[in-house]
Amino acid sequence: MSEITAEQVAHLANLARIDLSPEEITRLTAELGQIVDSVAKVAEVATPDVPATSHPMPLTNVFRADVVVPSLSVEEALSGSTDRDGDKFRVPAILDEE
Amino acid sequence: MKKAELMDYDKALELFEPVLGFEVHVELNTKTKMFCGCANEFGQGANTNTCPTCLGLPGGLPQVNAKAIESSIRLGLALGCEIAEYSRFARKNYFYPDTAKNFQTSQYDEPIAFNGQLTIELESGRQVTIDIERAHMEDDAGKLTHVGGATGRIQGADYSLVDYNRGGVPLVEIVTQMIEGGEADSPEIGRTYVAAIREIVKALGVSNARMEEGNVRCDANVSLRPRGSGKLGTRTETKNVNSLRSVERAVRYEIQRQAALLAAGGTITQETRHWHEDTGITSAGRPKSDADDYRYFPEPDLVPVAPSRAWVEELRATLPEPPAARRKRLQADWGFANLEFQDVVNSDLLDAVEATVAAGASAQSARKWWTGEVARLANVAGVSADSLVEPMQLAALIELVTAGTLTDRLARQVLEGVIAGEGTPLEVVEIRGLAVVSDDGPLIEAIDLALASQPDVLAKIRDGKVQAAGAVIGAVMKAMRGQADAARVRELVLERAGTAE
Repeated sequence: MSEITAEQVAHLANLARIDLSPEEITRLTAELGQIVDSVAKVAEVATPDVPATSHPMPLTNVFRADVVVPSLSVEEALSGSTDRDGDKFRVPAILDEE
Repeated sequence: MKKAELMDYDKALELFEPVLGFEVHVELNTKTKMFCGCANEFGQGANTNTCPTCLGLPGGLPQVNAKAIESSIRLGLALGCEIAEYSRFARKNYFYPDTAKNFQTSQYDEPIAFNGQLTIELESGRQVTIDIERAHMEDDAGKLTHVGGATGRIQGADYSLVDYNRGGVPLVEIVTQMIEGGEADSPEIGRTYVAAIREIVKALGVSNARMEEGNVRCDANVSLRPRGSGKLGTRTETKNVNSLRSVERAVRYEIQRQAALLAAGGTITQETRHWHEDTGITSAGRPKSDADDYRYFPEPDLVPVAPSRAWVEELRATLPEPPAARRKRLQADWGFANLEFQDVVNSDLLDAVEATVAAGASAQSARKWWTGEVARLANVAGVSADSLVEPMQLAALIELVTAGTLTDRLARQVLEGVIAGEGTPLEVVEIRGLAVVSDDGPLIEAIDLALASQPDVLAKIRDGKVQAAGAVIGAVMKAMRGQADAARVRELVLERAGTAE
């Protein structure tokens, strides 16, 4: 059995800014536990000579030439934002007063 | 803001040993951003260089800029680093409006370059070798402006504005190992180290390296270890230290502040501190907390970077002469005294003087003009000296002085004309009619006139009181509007005084 706790799930949800109800936390604790157990099974087969993988494709060095391509117009860039001030995005206050 | 207690610097060093660490961010001067084809340039209107990728819009996918990889490898090599055979990007997750993606694309456990070394030389001649832990690639954040509140700072602001033009610009972050044994030189080590990094990236041509524009930014870590204790103190990380002088001041300030706090029985909070250029103090930012749990994980949208050894060697062959070695060579070639040479280096005029000498000027005259009149005019105009005039032009001006066509005084007027865009020095001489009057005819005429109007002076000269000639020379120079060689005028005055009857 995995050792994922409800506290860990709540902590992760907080870091990821996901609002979870207590029921969701319970469900996700069980589901994440199963995922961790499954990964542990795979780890049992992987011997030390199997390198860790971060990507399923056997590709490296996929690069783009350093050539400028047209950007969005300012209007296009700002079109999805809920608030603006001139040509800048406007966001709520970040920190409270000291 | 509450002003912190500071301990006397020498006293602080008696009680504690400073331990340092630096993180220097270098903005690369590629044409495009790190992961998209938006232009990497500033001074444009806000949000003119953005696209779905750098705005973190759904469907935007990163593509790695080949030139940024090349520049990062060259920088790593110049810092004496090993270049990873296999390197990858990772997401550093955090929520802050300067990053629209909600993560920074960075590198975590497999940076492109690691295990380097850089030896710097302090003004005393002391050499210090700084161990480089790693140099990794990442993208820059957007620029925030805080509006409202009492101070215009982030605390108490009503809201903030974001310009994402800088978001996604390629950065290399260079991280040192702990620097111990700096002792009283610690502040100078900070300044000299950052100066050395700046010099290297400039010599490589991988960054514009202008600190005032944020191309090179430094975070300074400082902690104090009580003498005789093997235990490291808690460190603070001072951000926003963006001039060489500030690095030195911020390190010194933190040593004095922490020493006072520790000696009074207090403890140091592990925190980010902000440097204030105007007041010369640091203030507490946010403490390290849960929010620093960045949940790094491999970037799934990018494949690993695995530079072949052949490519790395090819890039190694493109490295310029190390700046420190170049300085030694140039000082020897030019025969400058230490102070003269330091003056050139500190004014950031090494390239300018070198180019002027290459264009035919003597080293001493090139130095004199650049650090003198050109620097003065640049200071008045509020620009850098080397942006004011081309080395070729200055060399041509010096040539005119050497040839006797111009006196120093006239040459300064010609320089102003050249800077004003009136043409080459020779053209300005012609347009403004500034050449030294070398035809003796008009000079003799003016001298005779001056002698006739000052008979008492004439009498003194004839009595052998040669210094009296000064008054006549002055009158003649004035009559010639300065366009005469004073030495020649003096010769002629004595000659005319002797023969005039």
